[in-house]
Amino acid sequence: MFEIVEKKQLAQGTICMFKVMAPRIARKTKPGQFVILRANEKGERIPLTVAEAHPTEGWIRIYFQVVGKTTAMLSLMEPGDAIKDVIGPLGLPTHVEKWGTVLCVGGGLGVAVLYPVARAFFEAGNYVIAIIGARTKDLLILEDEMRAVCNELYVTTDDGSYGHHGFVTDVARKILQERKDVKMVMGIGPVPMMRFLCKTTEPFGVKTMVSLNPIMVDGTGMCGACRVRVGGETKFCCVHGPDFDGHQVDFDELTKRLAMYVPQERMAYDKFKAEVGAGGGR
Amino acid sequence: MNAKDPGPGKQKKERLPRQPMPEQPPRERIKNFREVPLGYTVEQAMAEASRCLRCKKPGCVPGCPVEVDIPGFISLICEGKFFEAAAKIRETNSLPAVCGRVCPQEDQCEKGCVLGKKWEPVAIGRLERFVADYDRTYGRFEMPAMDPPTGKRVAVVGSGPAGLTLAGDLIKKGHEVTIFEALHEPGGVLIYGIPEFRLPKEIVNAEVNYLKRLGVRIETDVVVGKTVTVDELLEEEGYHAVFLGVGAGLPVFMNIPGENLCGIYSANEYLTRSNLMKAYLFPEYDTPIAVGKNVVVLGAGNVAMDAARTALRLGAETVRIVYRRSRQEMPARAEEIHHAEEEGIIFELLTNPVRFIGDERGWVKAMECVRMELGEPDSSGRRRPIPIPGSEFILETDMAIVAIGTMANPLIPSTTPGLETNRWGYIVTDETGRTSKEGVWAGGDIVTGAATVILAMGAGRKAAKAIHEYLMSK
Ligand SMILES: Cc1cc2nc3c(=O)[nH]c(=O)nc-3n(C[C@H](O)[C@H](O)[C@H](O)COP(=O)(O)OP(=O)(O)OC[C@H]3O[C@@H](n4cnc5c(N)ncnc54)[C@H](O)[C@@H]3O)c2cc1C
Ligand SMILES: Cc1cc2nc3c(=O)[nH]c(=O)nc-3n(C[C@H](O)[C@H](O)[C@H](O)COP(=O)(O)OP(=O)(O)OC[C@H]3O[C@@H](n4cnc5c(N)ncnc54)[C@H](O)[C@@H]3O)c2cc1C
Ligand code: SF4
Ligand code: SF4
Ligand code: FES
Repeated sequence: MFEIVEKKQLAQGTICMFKVMAPRIARKTKPGQFVILRANEKGERIPLTVAEAHPTEGWIRIYFQVVGKTTAMLSLMEPGDAIKDVIGPLGLPTHVEKWGTVLCVGGGLGVAVLYPVARAFFEAGNYVIAIIGARTKDLLILEDEMRAVCNELYVTTDDGSYGHHGFVTDVARKILQERKDVKMVMGIGPVPMMRFLCKTTEPFGVKTMVSLNPIMVDGTGMCGACRVRVGGETKFCCVHGPDFDGHQVDFDELTKRLAMYVPQERMAYDKFKAEVGAGGGR
Repeated sequence: MNAKDPGPGKQKKERLPRQPMPEQPPRERIKNFREVPLGYTVEQAMAEASRCLRCKKPGCVPGCPVEVDIPGFISLICEGKFFEAAAKIRETNSLPAVCGRVCPQEDQCEKGCVLGKKWEPVAIGRLERFVADYDRTYGRFEMPAMDPPTGKRVAVVGSGPAGLTLAGDLIKKGHEVTIFEALHEPGGVLIYGIPEFRLPKEIVNAEVNYLKRLGVRIETDVVVGKTVTVDELLEEEGYHAVFLGVGAGLPVFMNIPGENLCGIYSANEYLTRSNLMKAYLFPEYDTPIAVGKNVVVLGAGNVAMDAARTALRLGAETVRIVYRRSRQEMPARAEEIHHAEEEGIIFELLTNPVRFIGDERGWVKAMECVRMELGEPDSSGRRRPIPIPGSEFILETDMAIVAIGTMANPLIPSTTPGLETNRWGYIVTDETGRTSKEGVWAGGDIVTGAATVILAMGAGRKAAKAIHEYLMSK
């Protein structure tokens, strides 16, 4: 059992932050790695990125967006409650070195996943330019945290309620046009955003890494649920990723595979909402 | 081996036929996940036991990889001493309820039974299952003899049959034993792979609980190589020896076009969803699984049979086993093939998939196949299948399960310097399970490649003995 010691709701309750005691995992996690957790005995195993790990105090920080039954159920848990299983750290850490100038682009919840990576790039001595975006001002997360780990920060909102009016990719294009010294782009966010970002950076010939989020089960290479096509080859995202060269990724296949269980997910979520609504609790 | 020794006055009993196993009828059982064979009653077990000639030089025992004293335990059944019979088996086999169900007896113990020469062999597996079940249901838990604590600590990585057996042996020798398991439940393939209708999970849990009562500690959710490394276990966590029983967990795909379409699973994923995650109870359990109408399963081993029969129970209308060789070469146990046929699984033999065809949503809708014929024997002695030109045809399908084998997971070797593997990635050991790394042993599927429960247990037992000697000499 893994105790939740702190909880925070962000982005109007659509995103939730937990600090969870997981000493073994906290000792080993590097930026870019994730855990798989199972909320309770009947729960599904879902992957979530570790946004911060404290090796000596033994906790990890995770952010999740409420999109279906498991994340909704998790969002009802409180400090003092325990998550049944947390497994990790999984996946390969993000490759970090001193390239010079790097561009970090995060959309929506992806900003939380981007944060530890941007920080690692920054601490490695890179000049970090970050672009973070959300649909609207109230949904933007981790602005202050991001500002602390980069040299330049740009904010975009789809509706123009804050920062640049438009998409993160607009700003990314502009920056790539203006300065020729960007050595690496790291993009994390919803699949359409990552796909569009890769299209944007391709003409500039800048290496663009993305963090993929296919459906997973075990997270150790045992099942193949997480297979993604990269450069024409099948990779298991949980062991070969989650970071891949975005210009090589078959986003079309990823999008389709992510939709594989939509009818079941909808049914489970509706059933859960009905139960919680009627029972008024967990 | 020999029919020399039937024992005086026992010949007449040969006339009693092998007692059939009561089973759920096929039409009923394909609608549930309950166990198919129902087990012998006391009367049936005693009747079957009475068929055994209790040979002085039994042909059956050498066929069993752990050399269960078969005539010994069967004699005890004849005397009505079922608990004693269970104890007798447990002297060499710590998981009799499991082995009685899943051992390929027809190739092992029952193959050597003298009665098999002229008649049908004694149903050793069914008797083993009977006494183990009887013992679990009615027996009182008695602590086995435990040696005094030695102060030595052993880390066991993986909780499949190899790891469980080794843990049981070493705890009795007075060592402190901790099992580390990557998944959230212990049991290995017994939990995540073999379906409920063939091996009820309650049985595996009972075995695990038995070990816990003996004092074995089990830490689930620990992926060795990620959460902690083998070197850290040895150097920082104070373990004096490590045993690697991590199985052969990596799925092999066909590498044909269209294999990543939605609706195409590895058998590992399909069975893990259904067994470990209990997707067959969705939405009571949260993990979903796709329900195919016309399912194809590629391969013809036990894993393929399990996947096919699971698909049927989840609601498929047709399930086809597609296999490139002929019936004789099918690696699955005879009983599993028989059960699958009874349940209406269709066998497309001498057929090989060429590619998958998808619809606009990215779901598989058909599979192109080619018919095969058998040519010259290959290195494994089986006749090599070769495609018949021009025999391509299309099979409509909305779900495919790939069950053509597994490979070694590189996770532990790649994070354990000094651990030698062979060119397929399996860990190299001597016959006691000792690896190239000081203090580290290995056994089970990660050494031999995918094999059987009983062989993994045998490997665990051998390594336990070697580790005990190593610890006591230090
Ligand atoms: C490596 C990795 C890191 C991730 N990090 C984060 C993170 O830090 N924060 C966050 O909010 N989300 C993260 N995700 C996505 C997160 O796992 C899904 O949002 C979550 O599983 C949804 O579960 P649900 O039951 O609430 O919703 P569901 O209704 O089950 O699913 C909603 C959608 O989420 C996806 N999904 C469903 N089940 C899984 C699964 N088992 N594995 C992966 N995706 C699934 C599907 O596209 C599905 O349509 C990550 C995914 C991966 C692979
Ligand atoms: C579907 C199916 C049906 C089968 N049917 C039969 C049958 O009828 N009869 C028969 O005799 N055999 C059968 N087998 C084969 C048999 O189950 C295996 O040979 C046997 O389980 C191997 O045992 P093991 O202890 O080596 O490993 P496994 O049972 O594979 O267990 C290994 C365990 O180690 C864990 N692990 C892996 N990596 C790590 C890590 N890095 N850290 C921590 N833990 C880790 C795994 O999660 C797993 O729990 C079947 C196999 C399958 C898949
Ligand atoms: S362990 Fe397996 S092979 Fe040995 S006697 Fe029992 S059923 Fe037969
Ligand atoms: S099981 Fe068969 S071989 Fe073994 S002792 Fe009985 S009759 Fe003899
Ligand atoms: S999640 Fe099972 S192999 Fe990646």
